[in-house]
Amino acid sequence: MAIRTEPVTINLGPQHPSTHGVFRLRVTFDGEVVIDVEPVFGYLHRGTEKLAESRSYVQVVTLTDRLDYVASMSNNLAYVRAVEKLAGIEVPERAMYLRVISAELQRIASHLMATGFLLNDLGAFATPLMYCFRERERILDLFEMLCGARITLSYMRPGGVYQEPPEDFWPALDIFVEELPGYIDELEGLITDNEIVLARTRNVGVLSAEQAINASITGPMLRATSVRWDLRKADPYEVYDKLEFEVPIGATGDTFDRYLVRILEIRESIKIVQQAAREIPDGLARTPGVPFNVRPPKGDAYAAVEGPKGELGFFLVSDGGIAPYRCKIRAPSYINLTALREMLVGWKMADLITIFGSIDVIMGEVDR
Amino acid sequence: MTKALAGGDVAQRINEAFPDAATRHDLTNVWISPDSLLSVAQFLYETPDLDFSFLTALTAVDYVEEFELVYQLLSMKKNHSAILRTRCYGREEPTVSSVTSIWQGADLQEREIWDLMGIRFEGHPNLKRILLWEGFPGHPLRKDFLG
Repeated sequence: MAIRTEPVTINLGPQHPSTHGVFRLRVTFDGEVVIDVEPVFGYLHRGTEKLAESRSYVQVVTLTDRLDYVASMSNNLAYVRAVEKLAGIEVPERAMYLRVISAELQRIASHLMATGFLLNDLGAFATPLMYCFRERERILDLFEMLCGARITLSYMRPGGVYQEPPEDFWPALDIFVEELPGYIDELEGLITDNEIVLARTRNVGVLSAEQAINASITGPMLRATSVRWDLRKADPYEVYDKLEFEVPIGATGDTFDRYLVRILEIRESIKIVQQAAREIPDGLARTPGVPFNVRPPKGDAYAAVEGPKGELGFFLVSDGGIAPYRCKIRAPSYINLTALREMLVGWKMADLITIFGSIDVIMGEVDR
Repeated sequence: MTKALAGGDVAQRINEAFPDAATRHDLTNVWISPDSLLSVAQFLYETPDLDFSFLTALTAVDYVEEFELVYQLLSMKKNHSAILRTRCYGREEPTVSSVTSIWQGADLQEREIWDLMGIRFEGHPNLKRILLWEGFPGHPLRKDFLG
């Protein structure tokens, strides 16, 4: 006797422990296999771009913290670089090294969180997450030394950073980067050769390089498809051209490669932080004389950084006033979701959660 | 370093292929007429020595008399970039062609511009509001929206 079947559309989210924030997905299933997805965004839309038009350039730094709230330093850095490009503000070299150290520590924290939550999505209920968060806590303690806050940092300013790090920051940083590789080895030893992880992530959710480039995908998701494109190497900014590091790439663009690229990037970031801490020159932490109400001349500028999720850029238009005329945010998580349908259709329900987790989306950035 | 191609060079290449499509240029930008957008974009995508296979960002700015669309293009293989701009006029549903047939990456970005700025993209497969809900009155990022 044949059983009558029909496709069923189920709503996944917006509140769901596996959707990395308030993300809603209307999935049509044929049994257990996904045949169509329709993402619904906007549950965290706060109108950041409109708010930025009525705040001064320095006040907008606090708005940028809350975009990718897991990687505050990167958002700040991209924004203040755009303001500096627009207003022609020079940054002292010591400030550039401080920015690089902060940005790379932030990359480590963000990738640890992404890895922990990917393992959470695979069903390893919170134990690998706590391994990752234990190290992330130490990074947040370092950030607290730098600027008093743990997550929404607002550490960067047009012209440099907020303040000189305190005396006890440098020894704490040295101890941290010396001990971290051992902890990453411990984490990798539990995950990378784990047969359950391999069975569930190898060749799952494959994205080809051509699809990724055509869909404007950047960051670890692009590098996992074997395209060696990293803004820190292709178009160096701050002092990245003076530091030695590799850009890890994956082979096939599957979920496992996306996880592995993030772990390898953590190791490269540790190298960058060690070099920068050794080579940092003396000097000022901020260019003196940049007014609080900076008024850039009329015009526009775009500046981007290689954030943990991809290319994070700000397009600022100035009309000569104290607030931006237009502040457009090129959010990598938002644009990385362009290829979502191609990546999810044809996989099973459990794979859907895993693939979505490996894209590493932060809804604050998607919705702005 | 990513080489930002000079506006003059890009304008010259465009005008060789499509006469008078590039209306003006400056050091880093090329302005093209909105009717020629799709053909110029296809030309920039296909020409081997330009090879703009990557659309970095698509921005819309509301300068009350007109809207300006900024297309930031990149070639990863050649490591050069260019900025293409076009203007559209009118406050009631100004329309330009969609470039989603060339770069799939424009899909979500054009939906966002429709949602927040109210510029229609002809040829977009699914032009619905994305960040705000269907039925939201108005387009918030416009300068005359004082919600």
